[in-house]
Amino acid sequence: MSEVNRKLAMLAAIWAALILAPLWMPLVGGYTALGTRVMVLGLAAMSVNFLLGFTGVLSFGHAAWFGLGAYGCGLLLKFVALSTPLGLLAGTLLGGVMGGLLGALIVRRRGVYFAMVTIAFGQVFYYIAFQWSSLTGGDDGLRPFYRQPLHLGVATVDILHDSTAFYYFVLVCFAFAVAAMAFILRSPFGRTMLAIRENERRARFLGIPVEMHIWIAFTLSCFFMAFAGSLYALVNNFADPRGLHYSQSGDFVMMAVLGGMRTFWGPLLGAVVFVMLQDYISSITINWQIFIGLFYVACVLFFPRGVLGILRRKATT
Amino acid sequence: MSLLRVERVSRHFGSLVAVDGVSLTVEPGELRAVIGPNGAGKTTFFNLISGFFPPTSGKIFLDDRDITAASSHRRVDMGIARTFQITEIFPELTVRENLRIPAEVAQGLRLRPWLARADDERVRARVDELLEMGGLADKADRLVGELPHGDQRSTEIMMALALKPRLLLLDEPTAGMGDRETYDITTLVRSLHRDQKLAIVLIEHDMRVVFHLADRIMVLAEGAVLAEGTPDEIAANERVQEAYLGKAA
Repeated sequence: MSEVNRKLAMLAAIWAALILAPLWMPLVGGYTALGTRVMVLGLAAMSVNFLLGFTGVLSFGHAAWFGLGAYGCGLLLKFVALSTPLGLLAGTLLGGVMGGLLGALIVRRRGVYFAMVTIAFGQVFYYIAFQWSSLTGGDDGLRPFYRQPLHLGVATVDILHDSTAFYYFVLVCFAFAVAAMAFILRSPFGRTMLAIRENERRARFLGIPVEMHIWIAFTLSCFFMAFAGSLYALVNNFADPRGLHYSQSGDFVMMAVLGGMRTFWGPLLGAVVFVMLQDYISSITINWQIFIGLFYVACVLFFPRGVLGILRRKATT
Repeated sequence: MSLLRVERVSRHFGSLVAVDGVSLTVEPGELRAVIGPNGAGKTTFFNLISGFFPPTSGKIFLDDRDITAASSHRRVDMGIARTFQITEIFPELTVRENLRIPAEVAQGLRLRPWLARADDERVRARVDELLEMGGLADKADRLVGELPHGDQRSTEIMMALALKPRLLLLDEPTAGMGDRETYDITTLVRSLHRDQKLAIVLIEHDMRVVFHLADRIMVLAEGAVLAEGTPDEIAANERVQEAYLGKAA
């Protein structure tokens, strides 16, 4: 099969699996709400990877923008307006704009230093959410709020009680976000991201203002992340301070690496593997994180290109 | 009006004086070689012109505009492109992609989140032209990192050309190349100079290449200008022979 045909076949398989998930998931012991959760976490991992895999910049505090999205969405639904779309908008703007502002301060840092500063920023937001109990609910998280029915003009869709309808709502949101990411990566700007990943010095001496381009990529990634976080608030009808914590950032990075960070779809697959392992092992032992950690170490040692990276290599040779 | 005018630039690294009060003017269309023993400060001098770091003292002008403090990407916008002594390319991208990125920068498209059909076609045509010129057309869709050294060097030169520079800085373009590849690169550089009237400053160790190509030669030693003149003058210069050529020839 030619390169193009192979790509089309893979795309068709991914979308078919996603669209038909409510049908096949019960057959393999899953349930629709689990599918929704995996998709949202997958979107978050893809957002981390937008920066990590395609610009070569590791942010270890991206959960901050995810969590801010969740709180933005939850706070709007709880205090301001009973509207799901407005909730998504509020969450996405809160996380994205904060990410863009703080990103401007740190784009000159590189490598470990960049990762450290992003952790620090992330923890700042974690402690704010943790301490500001009157607004955020502190340690107990933000509740109660509920995702609201969608008014589509001709019909009203109850996404609160109908888990299949909610799944498809999230799928549509996911599709838009992923299409936007793919679109950007195929553009001239997207190619400058690859250039920076491949060789920063060369990129700079080809006339690319590297800091500015990293900042734009970082900000875009924060917006995608915050969008995923807003969806996550709708999934749970709850916003949790632990969603801002650096350990959550670590989970997202792990998903991206597990799935394959040089691939577009890898992080989604990584999220599937991660959540499945978590679900399965945590039903056996409360120390499930040890096993995920071991699995992760094994993957990095033996399959540094991730699950999708391996599959792709198999297909081309 | 000179294209490039460098006035008494120096660069210190701690107590080391890497470049010591070097001046240089390059006229439009001129091909200038910079030679000198290892550690003479040639690459540091290039780094000052291309904006890798600022000079400790001295000034640099392009078209009589002071660019001493301009960032490296700004200098590219103004028409200075360079290659590196150790090849700097995008190894995990194809040759075509490597050329496409600078071609898009040159057409002012680098911030575009999408590309109109007309722009896309213009970029593609430009990339094809560069592939042809660099003799890379049959390897266009291979990853650059997997190609032989000579092809990687050619790709890097074509990337610099994709920027449509007015001044091209080549840092030892034939380093590590066999005779055949050296000949190809020399032919390419000469045609850029003769046919396209591109101003070129060239650092080179291969004296055959230097004396074959250069209009004028500047000799650096220990960071300072030892001699400056036409190839014949340099070949006849006793101090140069003593410091440099004596060992080679």
